[in-house]
Amino acid sequence: MATFKDFRNNIKPNWCPGCGDFSVQAAIQRACANVGYEPEQVAVVSGIGCSGRISGYINAYGFHSIHGRSLPVAQGLKLANRELAVIASGGDGDGFAIGMGHTVHAIRRNIDVTYIVMDNQIYGLTKGQTSPRSASGFKTKSTPTGSIETTLSPLEMALAAGATFVAQSFSTDLKQLTAVIEAGMNHKGFSLINVFSPCVTFNKVNTYEWFKERVVSTDSFDGYDASNKMMAMQKVLETDGMITGIVYQNKEKPSYEQQLPGFQEIGLAKQNITLTKDQFDKLVAEFN
Amino acid sequence: MISQLSWKIGGQQGEGLESTDRIFSTALNRLGYHLYGYRHFSSRIKGGHTNNKIRISTQPIRAISDNLDILVAFDQETIDLNHKELRNGGVVIADAKFDPKLPEGFPAKLYAVPFTAIAEELGTSLMKNMVAVGASTALLDLPVDIIKKVVEEEFGRKGQAVVDKNNAAIQKGFEYLLDISGGPSEEFKLEPGDGTTRLFIIGNEAIGLGAVAAGCRLMSAYPITPASEIMEYLIKKLPKLGGTVVQTEDEIAAVTMAIGANYGGVRTLTASAGPGLSLMMEAIGLSGMTETPVVIVDTMRGGPSTGLPTKQEQSDVNAAIYGTHGEIPKIVLFPSTIEECFYDSVEAFNLADQYQCPVILLTDLQLSLGKQTSEPLDFSRVTIDRGALALEVEPQPENQLFKRYAFSESGVSTRVFPGTKNGIFHSTGVEHDEQGRPSEATTNRKKMMDKRMRKMESVKVTNPIVAISKYDDADILFVGMGSTGGTIEEARKQFEADGLKTNQVMVRLIHPFPGAEVAAQLDKAKKVIVVENNATGQLADLITLHAGGREKIKRMLKYDGNPFLPNELYNDCKELI
Ligand SMILES: Cc1ncc(C[n+]2csc(CCOP(=O)(O)OP(=O)(O)O)c2C)c(N)n1
Ligand code: SF4
Repeated sequence: MATFKDFRNNIKPNWCPGCGDFSVQAAIQRACANVGYEPEQVAVVSGIGCSGRISGYINAYGFHSIHGRSLPVAQGLKLANRELAVIASGGDGDGFAIGMGHTVHAIRRNIDVTYIVMDNQIYGLTKGQTSPRSASGFKTKSTPTGSIETTLSPLEMALAAGATFVAQSFSTDLKQLTAVIEAGMNHKGFSLINVFSPCVTFNKVNTYEWFKERVVSTDSFDGYDASNKMMAMQKVLETDGMITGIVYQNKEKPSYEQQLPGFQEIGLAKQNITLTKDQFDKLVAEFN
Repeated sequence: MISQLSWKIGGQQGEGLESTDRIFSTALNRLGYHLYGYRHFSSRIKGGHTNNKIRISTQPIRAISDNLDILVAFDQETIDLNHKELRNGGVVIADAKFDPKLPEGFPAKLYAVPFTAIAEELGTSLMKNMVAVGASTALLDLPVDIIKKVVEEEFGRKGQAVVDKNNAAIQKGFEYLLDISGGPSEEFKLEPGDGTTRLFIIGNEAIGLGAVAAGCRLMSAYPITPASEIMEYLIKKLPKLGGTVVQTEDEIAAVTMAIGANYGGVRTLTASAGPGLSLMMEAIGLSGMTETPVVIVDTMRGGPSTGLPTKQEQSDVNAAIYGTHGEIPKIVLFPSTIEECFYDSVEAFNLADQYQCPVILLTDLQLSLGKQTSEPLDFSRVTIDRGALALEVEPQPENQLFKRYAFSESGVSTRVFPGTKNGIFHSTGVEHDEQGRPSEATTNRKKMMDKRMRKMESVKVTNPIVAISKYDDADILFVGMGSTGGTIEEARKQFEADGLKTNQVMVRLIHPFPGAEVAAQLDKAKKVIVVENNATGQLADLITLHAGGREKIKRMLKYDGNPFLPNELYNDCKELI
């Protein structure tokens, strides 16, 4: 059986030393091994950004797509071969700005893809502009007098959009991060995992210390019930979105694939695609 | 007796004209006539004038006619808008209910038939359409039993009572017309058809059928006129074959989902029209760069922007060829007949897999939506070629990924599908090395760019042009693409009747452009007329760029939203030369 080391490759990440994304990389590698996958059974699809590079840093099939589009690529891949474990990933700009339309609809569609957002509340790759996750008043290169837009709450958004799995974690907490990714991978349906992953180079406000002081684990709430959507929403609001752990999970709702008429267990990519003459003749006869 | 005629039915959109039209034309097809339809519709769903014209012939036809023999009208607006199209001596069959009128002295006959009254007498005014079908059948002196049989098939599942009522409506309409017209007249009597039932199909369905035959099992798309019928056809078929159609949130999702699924190993299609093609541009580059096959159908309609969304145009040719930033290998096909829609759809999937690049299959609105009879589709011509593909892979050397982008002579490298043991590689829109790892090294960049572009040098397509080239010294060579083929052919025959020698070329492979093949045809003609539905002459530009002939080429352009008509084209070309 593969261990997390088998999910390592020899490509050296080009992330700045100390970037939060390193821990996300390690957590994905551990989660894949813990769930029991071999490297070739996993595909990591990513968008564009510093975080988007992650698909190249894991020994698995990797597809580094275009800005904001990791989710439709990942969903297409999963429909093509449901035997693969498909992870989508990228930054908060990738998923909540340019790719927001896909995020909402991937949540609604509920195809079995695990989506990990590396949320640093800023644009890293383009060197420090505001993101939908930036706090009001946050000064960046593109908002020199402070952001005047409302900060997006991804957890509220996901719950409102009908998500079946919503989790949040922090990249220094490798144990929890690995556990929520593992749970997301085991979840039959779409899972959104928002990870606070500090940008040490361009975000001098939302630092490791800043997050450490504010995150609140679901473990700290007595009797927290992740299957209770009302409770989940309430705690998200109470913690000002800083809640971590599995925030909400609906294990009842079948995934998109499970509901498709005629969709089979064996990956579509492995099925025979040649029609028989008889099948063809029947199709043609409908036009007579 | 006549060998061909044109029949048009018009009224308000949403009144059920389609079913009338469908029953009438299905019966004609059973009798062995060749049919070619043209639907005029506004983008309003309910209300607004709409009409459907069918040309009926004992010979193969691929164009609508300039004029009209019979107009069936459900309101006065239909007569007002369409009577000028009637030939001298044509006939209007109209509902007596609205007291139909033709302009004073207009040389056509008007038969007022109480469509609505007869239908109401039989139970519901909805059946006025059937009364009209009956009246048309009588005028053409066709066997009414065939029509009734089609009605039985169409309404059978609604019960015998419904079938009987509709057939009664047909019978009444039939008898009423015979009565007031004094029996069938020779000038509308059609020579018998050959008795062969053909496929009666629109281009979009032929493309969908081709996709199924080619092994396409997934489609991701966003609805748009005039492409939606492709997804509507496939959603009926693919689930039975293990696949599905996903209606995505937009065309960016549609194309990237298709790319993801193709990367996963399933032949996947997306289809749209101009506005959607514009949204897909960045992703088309991703397909080119990651060498992931994808087939995109662009059913062209009037542009730019929202343009003329329900009208004919061929103005996305440049966008299809040049669209996406940077330079990628890409193939653009444009069938010009209903049969080619089917075969080219199959070929598009093969080319995409063979050259591992985006393939754009163009059609135009008339080809996509015009319903017509098709010659039999030959299943033995359907082959599936997945290109260079490894289903099993040897272990890779220590610390090396599978060389998915190996520098090869042809530029094509062996693909593996995710899930394959030992096949792990990286795929990225960033410039990369043979294993797919990002690389900005200059020598690698040049080699990789050359490798990708080299694929275009070997693109082999069975018939890059379809030529009717009888003469080595033609007076005129007509060149066109898409649905204009049949119209050009008829205009050309009129020139031949005038004693001119004419050749014809339909360009099927738009990119990479078959310059040598077209140049050889240019050499055989004194004058060249390039016929196209756009304002700038995009095909003519391609010809001059790749095949020369600037001094001989004249442009025949139409961009008012309507297809060319045979006589109109003949007359306009006469003026041009
Ligand atoms: C269509 C498009 N627009 C803009 C860009 C430039 N761009 C690259 S990454 C990025 C945002 C990066 O921020 P985020 O997604 O949060 O990822 P991070 O770098 O912070 O990990 C932008 C705007 C692009 N690559 N493509
Ligand atoms: S710029 Fe920020 S997000 Fe990007 S690698 Fe450096 S620390 Fe990480």
